Amino acid sequence: MILSDTDLEAIALTLRLAAVTTLILFIVGTPIAWWLARTRSRWKGPVGAVVALPLVLPPSVLGFYLLVTMGPNGPVGWLTQTLGIGLLPFTFWGLVVGSVFYSLPFMVQPVQNAFEAIGERPLEAAATLRASPLDRFFTVALPLALPGFVTAGILSFAHTVGEFGVVLMIGGNIPGETRVASVQIYDYVEALEYADAHRLSAVLLVFSFVVLLALYAWRPDRGTR
Amino acid sequence: MIYVGLRIEWPGFSLDVDEQLPARGVTALFGHSGSGKTTLLRCIAGLEQAATGRLSFNGDVWQDRDVWVPTHRRPIGYVFQEPSLFPHLTVLGNLHYGQKRSRQEDRQAAKFNLEHAIDLLGIGHLLKRKPAALSGGERQRVGMARALAVSPKLLLMDEPLAALDLARKQEILPYLERLHDDLEIPVLYVSHAPDEVARLADHLVVMEGGRVLASGPLNDTLARLDLPIRLGEDAGVVLDGHVAERDERWHLLRVACCNTSLWVRDTGADLGDHARVRILARDVSIAHEPKEGTSILNTLPARVVSLGDDAHPALSLVKLAVDGKPVLSRVTRRSAEQLGLAPGQQVWIQIKAVALL
Repeated sequence: MILSDTDLEAIALTLRLAAVTTLILFIVGTPIAWWLARTRSRWKGPVGAVVALPLVLPPSVLGFYLLVTMGPNGPVGWLTQTLGIGLLPFTFWGLVVGSVFYSLPFMVQPVQNAFEAIGERPLEAAATLRASPLDRFFTVALPLALPGFVTAGILSFAHTVGEFGVVLMIGGNIPGETRVASVQIYDYVEALEYADAHRLSAVLLVFSFVVLLALYAWRPDRGTR
Repeated sequence: MIYVGLRIEWPGFSLDVDEQLPARGVTALFGHSGSGKTTLLRCIAGLEQAATGRLSFNGDVWQDRDVWVPTHRRPIGYVFQEPSLFPHLTVLGNLHYGQKRSRQEDRQAAKFNLEHAIDLLGIGHLLKRKPAALSGGERQRVGMARALAVSPKLLLMDEPLAALDLARKQEILPYLERLHDDLEIPVLYVSHAPDEVARLADHLVVMEGGRVLASGPLNDTLARLDLPIRLGEDAGVVLDGHVAERDERWHLLRVACCNTSLWVRDTGADLGDHARVRILARDVSIAHEPKEGTSILNTLPARVVSLGDDAHPALSLVKLAVDGKPVLSRVTRRSAEQLGLAPGQQVWIQIKAVALL
């Protein structure tokens, strides 16, 4: 079973998209998770619901709104054009933006749960030991929430790999730019090239299983006692 | 001097305190759960931001209308009820966490450093372990050493023994007493256990329902008859003195408190050591004459100061002065009547048990 160059290109693009998306999600999702875990603001509910929306929403709906917003007549489109970046739809970075929204709950929720599980006490203890709020976050909250971050990272990465609807709406099908593995499989099926579809599907199936196996077999406290 | 003038209004709970606390020795904040003692301690630490009012320590204002010093800038050490060690760090990592963040001038000014704390609390052999590998008592000792390692100017302790069983308590109390004797910084010690208070405190603040009921030197406060909160079976006083004599034959020690002598069981204390004895009201009986032919060792002349009601209508509490020091006695009302006890009267008290703390 040998993958064609187009397949390899699609897989490479998929992995790149998932890696970049996960990296951005760590940066974007962590503050949101921290805020959600600790705020008593009345905005906690609405913000939490917005973050969780991609869990329920059909990807085509999410992709449609992103397409409109980032398109030539949308506010984000206007902004990116003004800044000289051009338009995001049908580009790799357009896919990144879409994937960040699409996988946001998979980053925020595990990290938020991990932050909530820590509770106030270790942070209060750190405060009485002269640690400033930022210091407490990096030296106490982050290390204690590390298992949550690992889970969140794996889930976000895997979920982005499995993305299809959003990509199709805002990315289309440009080889090497936006044609990820899931779209490639769709193309094969459309063209009735079932053998090719089988090959790539098998790769994705094995990949997904291995990722989930790693996730479930991993125990954060192993070896620390 | 610690000035605490703080108020909190929460649904179902309010705190209203306006007190000067001594900035030396051990001050016990004593009360039942819900009395606000822990909340008060958290306010002093800056962990509770809901309070309004003024808080100052030796002239430094920590809280006022437009002043708020955050917890990490207050020169305090805090020992939580549960040790709250950082599970991802070793014992030494926990101790270093605060030490390396403490101000250098504080470290230089403090009589105490990390080595002292490790030595005093006997945790030298635990340094490489993770908190999960420690017993409850060991964890709390590490928690105390960690609080001391920041070279605090004020040590706050929130029921450090409450989460431990009796054996672990007995393991830690000697360390607390060493802290009391060796440490020159003031300690605020929250507790609901009368025996801990009797052993450790110099100054007592009794709290109930978010208010201070009584505040003063330990013995004056313990001996007050007007406090609505009685210690029940634990009502009694403590006397401070020193070990004056050892009776090798009978394994007894004579503790001298000013001109008064009390015989207690030999605990192995050295002659000249500071000694604190506790005399419970229920162990003190009153007679007109010094009794002959009794098994009781300690019979002392005393003067009746006042009489008060006790929790049960059959009993009354009698406040006496022995050599100017207050002692409480619990007798039945009938006995008090038959003896004709009245303020100013000279009597003899027999003390059935004296505990050397």
